[in-house]
Amino acid sequence: MRGETLLRVEHLTMRFGGLTAVNNLSFEAKSGDITALIGPNGAGKTTVFNCITGFYKPSEGRVGLAHGGAAAFAGLEEATAKGARTLAVGDRAVHLLERMPDFIVSHHARVARTFQNIRLFSGMTVLENLLVAQHNRLMRASGFSFFGILGLPAYSSKQKEAVELAKAWLERVGLIERADDPAGDLPYGAQRRLEIARAMCTKPVLLCLDEPAAGLNPRESIELNTLLRDIRDKDGTSLLLIEHDMSVVMEISDHVVVLDYGVKIADGSPDEIKNDQKVIAAYLGVEDEEVAAVEAEVESLA
Amino acid sequence: MTAVSESNAASAARAVPDRLASALKDAGFAALVMLGLCFPLVTLRTEPDDHGRLALTPRFGLTAIMCAAVFLARLGYLTLWGKQARAARQPQTRGEVIKTVAAPRYTLTSVGLPIALGFAVAYPVLMTFVNGGLSEARYWIDLGILVLTYVMLGWGLNIVVGLAGLLDLGYVAFYAVGAYTYAILATTFHLSFWLCLPLAGLLACTWGVLLGFPVLRLRGDYLAIVTLAFGEIIRMVLINWVDVTNGGAGIASIPRASFFGIPFNDDDNGFAATFGLEFSPMHRIVFLFYLILALASLTSLVTTRLRKLPVGRAWEALREDEIACRSLGINTTTTKLTAFATGAMFGGFAGSFFAVRQGFVSPESFNFLESAIILAIVVLGGMGSQIGIVIAAVVMIAGPEMLRNLGFLKAIFGDNFDPNEYRLLIFGLAMVVMMILRPRGLVSTREPTVFLKERKTISSDLVKEGHG
Repeated sequence: MRGETLLRVEHLTMRFGGLTAVNNLSFEAKSGDITALIGPNGAGKTTVFNCITGFYKPSEGRVGLAHGGAAAFAGLEEATAKGARTLAVGDRAVHLLERMPDFIVSHHARVARTFQNIRLFSGMTVLENLLVAQHNRLMRASGFSFFGILGLPAYSSKQKEAVELAKAWLERVGLIERADDPAGDLPYGAQRRLEIARAMCTKPVLLCLDEPAAGLNPRESIELNTLLRDIRDKDGTSLLLIEHDMSVVMEISDHVVVLDYGVKIADGSPDEIKNDQKVIAAYLGVEDEEVAAVEAEVESLA
Repeated sequence: MTAVSESNAASAARAVPDRLASALKDAGFAALVMLGLCFPLVTLRTEPDDHGRLALTPRFGLTAIMCAAVFLARLGYLTLWGKQARAARQPQTRGEVIKTVAAPRYTLTSVGLPIALGFAVAYPVLMTFVNGGLSEARYWIDLGILVLTYVMLGWGLNIVVGLAGLLDLGYVAFYAVGAYTYAILATTFHLSFWLCLPLAGLLACTWGVLLGFPVLRLRGDYLAIVTLAFGEIIRMVLINWVDVTNGGAGIASIPRASFFGIPFNDDDNGFAATFGLEFSPMHRIVFLFYLILALASLTSLVTTRLRKLPVGRAWEALREDEIACRSLGINTTTTKLTAFATGAMFGGFAGSFFAVRQGFVSPESFNFLESAIILAIVVLGGMGSQIGIVIAAVVMIAGPEMLRNLGFLKAIFGDNFDPNEYRLLIFGLAMVVMMILRPRGLVSTREPTVFLKERKTISSDLVKEGHG
């Protein structure tokens, strides 16, 4: 399982009218890895995220996700040809995320996400936020509300389980003391951690984090690194993250994909990326004498 | 050191007359505005004289009284009990704004609702004693029935507007569906009320889903406009589909409610004879009162339960942030539809109660004003609050009725003063005052549905209103 391909993005293209935000992007994320998606502002990183999590329908391309090992990808072509969203064989399944609406991506394909601008239920308590995340499981337990309204014991035991899961996550992100406070009252760093805990309460196989370190101070940033590593190592959840903070990216990523103007310009381990000329050029600009060389290269690519 | 404190004291002493002067100026200005408003409306009164011509009767005294009242009220507000006056009295700055209040165990809803229920159960008995007889209490019990009907409608709409945050301006449509369901089924097929009640709820529920499907893609103002149109469409259908609904003439002689099969009449097998009582038409009224009380209690019970179930939490989460809901695997379309359907079902129940009480339904009873009043009750009560809606329904429905009984004001304003003329004016004024003092409704705090250690109410600053 570990080290096998989990997510396979192929020829992903997203156009908004005349603007091509993502152009023919292909990359893979491995199970048990922290994959980072980096690039300058406006490179199309969040667009890629929205395509993977179903919030956008890509103009072209395929996004496959394997449950139960990369062997599930064997059914990818068959599923594509059949027009199916999911093809399950035994306990393996391949999901075609680009065909799913957003809530199905989270519910069936078990891909959870956080947002660049935090989206908590600010008028609900911290605990309630984590219970809403377990909606589908609890909904089934409450017999789609019909049994729940009669107060059958099956539901209350499930609800207790859900509260226990929420408590465990609150312990891990250090918010157990604030469980009964409204989420909107938490300081910024705590809200970021709560959003991650909330996403994890859906028990995802892949967790997509959109700039989790934005607005955190150095100490909180280090705590975040520990939390993300923990999620990777203990929960068996793989991570895909967009990040600008290079201290986070280089420290914890196993694999880095670099985007610029919607095109992939590099793909490799953090060390390879650090020394990649194109990445340096994209981030820092290039020296005067190299402009001609770069222009020639751009010509040849185009 | 002493010099500094002396100068502080001196400036404080100077500050008081300064504040008084500015308050006087402000109050004078307010009185002036009042004069400007009053002059055309109150002072210049035209009345037909003996020859049938219009004659001008100036009412300077009344104008002066009203302006003086405004002047004094404004002055009092600025110097004695207003926010500025309080701030002047406590010059120290407040610390961090605390948005949660620890309210362990006893909350407004958990205490208020049982008290309200107890009062409601005792109400007919209480009114009989106060008025010295069952028949004399008829006006009060009728008023109670009216208020409870609106409490129930408010609670029903609260699911859609207060919990799910979907602005529905056409709620009266479901009320109409319920009323006509009973009216048509009872007059054509002679079905009993107890069979029609669930059918009416089911039909209203179906209409809620039918309306929901096309409408739920819309948000905010657009949703409000389309639901408003839906309410009008239903009314238009009721007027124009004469074969079924009898058009604008309405459906009359709808069978009255019976006591589980025993009719309320003076026959040998009637209610009074069966229970060995002396016949009184009031028995039916009292039965109707307890019937609507039971229906309203059912609405409240189901809503309170649903709030603690995943579907209720999903409704509230939807009001807070729809995109976050979808990212957590919640199907927002079905969640919205369940809110619409549940709200509509209670509207349908209330509608069939309306039909059985009136014995007559016509499209006139289901115009937009009804929707507006129900929505006003929900908004005024505080969106999502159960007890707030009870208070708001009493204020909105019983309030204007009470204003009919302001005859004693004639002693102040003279014999020509008719309080009925000012009913809506006073009512509007009360609404404005309420919105200034409590812009998020009477009970604006939210109570969490689950807690670990202590239940803390959540300030309205954090709770969102939803956006469609």
